Amino acid sequence: MDNKTAAVKMRNITKTFGPVVANDKVWLDIYRGEILALLGENGSGKTTLMNMLSGIYFPDEGEITIDGKEVVIRSPKDAFDLGIGMIHQHFKLVDVLTAAENIVLGLEGKLDLKAAAEKIRSICDAYGFEVDPNQKIYDMSVSQKQTVEIVKVLYRGADILILDEPTAVLTPQETDKLFAVLRNMRDDGKAIVIITHKMHEVEELSDRVAILRHGQFIGDMPTKKTNAQEMTNMMVGHAVTLNIDRPEPKDARPRIEVKNLTVRSIDGILKLDGVSFTANSGEILGIAGISGCGQKELLESIAGLQPVESGSIEYIEDDGRREQLIGKDPLSIAQMGVALSFVPEDRLGMGLVANMDLADNMMLRSYRRGKSFFTDRKSPKQLAEDVVRRLDVNTPGISTPVRRLSGGNVQKVLVGREISSAPTVLLTAYAVRGLDIHSSYTIYDLINKQKAAGVAVLFVGEDLDVLLELSDRILVLCGGKVSGIVPGRGAKKRDVGMMMTKLGGDRQHA
Amino acid sequence: MRETVHNPLFHVVRRGVIPAWRAWLIRGGAILLSLVACGLVTTAVTGENPLAVYVTVFNGSFGTSRKFWTLLQNVAMLLCIALAVTPAFKMRFWNIGGEGQVLMGGLAAAACMICFRNSLPNGAIIALMVVSSILAGAVWGGIPGFFKAKWNTNETLFTLMMNYVATQLVAYFCVVWESPKGSGQIGVINQSTELGWLPVIGGQRYLLNVLVVLAVLAFVYIYLNYTKHGYEISVVGESERTARYVGIKVEKVIIRTMLLSGAICGLAGLLLVGSTNHTLTTTIAAGRGFTAVMVSWLAKFNPIWMVATSFLLVFLERGAGEISTNFGLNQSFSDILTGVILFFIIGSEFFINYRICFRRSTEREG
Repeated sequence: MDNKTAAVKMRNITKTFGPVVANDKVWLDIYRGEILALLGENGSGKTTLMNMLSGIYFPDEGEITIDGKEVVIRSPKDAFDLGIGMIHQHFKLVDVLTAAENIVLGLEGKLDLKAAAEKIRSICDAYGFEVDPNQKIYDMSVSQKQTVEIVKVLYRGADILILDEPTAVLTPQETDKLFAVLRNMRDDGKAIVIITHKMHEVEELSDRVAILRHGQFIGDMPTKKTNAQEMTNMMVGHAVTLNIDRPEPKDARPRIEVKNLTVRSIDGILKLDGVSFTANSGEILGIAGISGCGQKELLESIAGLQPVESGSIEYIEDDGRREQLIGKDPLSIAQMGVALSFVPEDRLGMGLVANMDLADNMMLRSYRRGKSFFTDRKSPKQLAEDVVRRLDVNTPGISTPVRRLSGGNVQKVLVGREISSAPTVLLTAYAVRGLDIHSSYTIYDLINKQKAAGVAVLFVGEDLDVLLELSDRILVLCGGKVSGIVPGRGAKKRDVGMMMTKLGGDRQHA
Repeated sequence: MRETVHNPLFHVVRRGVIPAWRAWLIRGGAILLSLVACGLVTTAVTGENPLAVYVTVFNGSFGTSRKFWTLLQNVAMLLCIALAVTPAFKMRFWNIGGEGQVLMGGLAAAACMICFRNSLPNGAIIALMVVSSILAGAVWGGIPGFFKAKWNTNETLFTLMMNYVATQLVAYFCVVWESPKGSGQIGVINQSTELGWLPVIGGQRYLLNVLVVLAVLAFVYIYLNYTKHGYEISVVGESERTARYVGIKVEKVIIRTMLLSGAICGLAGLLLVGSTNHTLTTTIAAGRGFTAVMVSWLAKFNPIWMVATSFLLVFLERGAGEISTNFGLNQSFSDILTGVILFFIIGSEFFINYRICFRRSTEREG
């Protein structure tokens, strides 16, 4: 591989945003016929670096050469002309247009959708995509939309492809499909860069890894010659242990009892269908399932945010008294004395207010306290300082808007606030999505501490490996129904995976 | 051999947070530049000495004590309406119905003055005026709020339409209460008895307005920044989902805030009818319901800064008017000058958020 000439050479690339140095004299080579995994913690400058290659940002310093020729990339159009295409984490598609219309959007020349559809089909055939050129985007699943994005850049003749965390939104099956396509493209001689946090994906897919830390280039090496532990150490800068603790639950007793819970979405689609289970105190109940199988509705029903069609959700107090939670909003649940904390999936759109600072975000839960017409600003400030110190949040100060923090730190702020109220029930949805390894382990640790303190934890996760390591019991959802509840210790990944796709799996545990 | 490549002449870079004093330095610079540009335009068009032009602008507001008090009264009324729409704006509820809410407040005040002049004593009339004009404004603001909360109607269109309804209502009553008959105008109400005229304090006709608006300023500032209601408004404005997540009743906050917004507009209507003009016309709000939107935005919804932005807008308007009369130009010229100045002020926000990097002159080898 070393004898190939690099398709892209980035030399001494520096980019600053105000006082923040996002990239500091970075060197990076990208080769054709190779899949490069770009690794780094949140905020280490991976996306910034790739954005400069695709013309979204302009570097403050440094040179970029493509096939030995020095180039200046001023705009995404320049990047396209050089054959560079980037697939962003957030798709940039027009919902009401078809796949083909989206793909040709913005191209010069005569609009010929028929010819375009023809060309799209040939691209799909060549690499094994499945795209219907005439399907509207709003009718598509997340994975289909992503496919359209990839075809879009290929259609424009890109042969250097950059994918920013492409698997974050995909199911395991969709991920496998994507990887097969990427391998086909590599074998076709295209250069591929993939940004990801998931170690097993790096090991499975990439030929070479390059690692960034705090905006600096740390090193690169063939994937075969390294391992997850070494890569993690390079990313973090010191040795980390990659084991998740799972202490035995102490004094577990029923805390939340859900019976025959049925929920429909606003459009009348059945989201949860006769779900029953019990969550115990001092225990982590993992919730597994393909995305969109009712996890969100389940947590939001318990939190009082989701109208319920039928069934019952009872909160059981220490003295055995039972409180019905259905039909109550979050405020009345709190007023009943049920200490329920919820870490929602959408951190900045639901759990926190992106434009408010840390202290004001701490107030969200507590501002009503007291009879006064005025707010108490002092205790939230104290709490914010407390969370920053205890959870080691990396922030310039407590008066920084949370949108300026990196993903991991945002999550620490949210989790920190939610556990500060000494909850008896903790609901978490995709608590480590988009977080780097280091931050993820901090979060697992915090959740384990809550468990040790006797909290009933409901942990909705997407990474099966983590669910299997962390949960005491795993509830598997499949299409809104309970496919099974298995003990976390000794559960097999394969069995749980089967239960996710088919009710009851292969019935071994039934 | 390598080709020479050219970096772009300049590129735009987002700034991090810059200290407040630097942001205000940039804004101040923009105002200075705008004055220079205005001077150039004026000299080019009229051939007058730009310094003389600036003196004229200044005299427009500070030339005589009467002009100064007119300035204060205009600033106060504009500020009052800007303060009224701000709580709604902070909630991302685009209340552009300030005009109509002021008119309804004014209509209610005039109605009390006219209908009860023969039956009630002065004190009772004034008390009724205060209550009814505030209520009328609140209702006029509350209706779009209610529809937004219940059926998610578009508040911009709704409040805009409510302006026309209010204007037509006032036009109707102008005919009903016309004096003298056939004029189609109300004329000065209770001129001989001065019933329902708000008291003049300190011998200054406009002092009452200024003091009331200062009280409103303090109220809105504290309400938005230090109360639970104010906090709820910010949360609802930033993210309704977050608000629901923490158990805030979004519908209640929307309606409550619009009632307040309308109520303060109604109060402005009371001041305009009961204190400033002693009459009611369809143009009594004089477009302030819309100018107030700009005052609020320019100040980034900060009530204290609104004092500065409303002063600036009124000062410019009066200065530009003075230029037009002194140099024999028509009103359009003052609009041009106001436009030039606003262009610079709004444009300066770009330089607060972004920095422009020019190509470095160092030659690269190759």
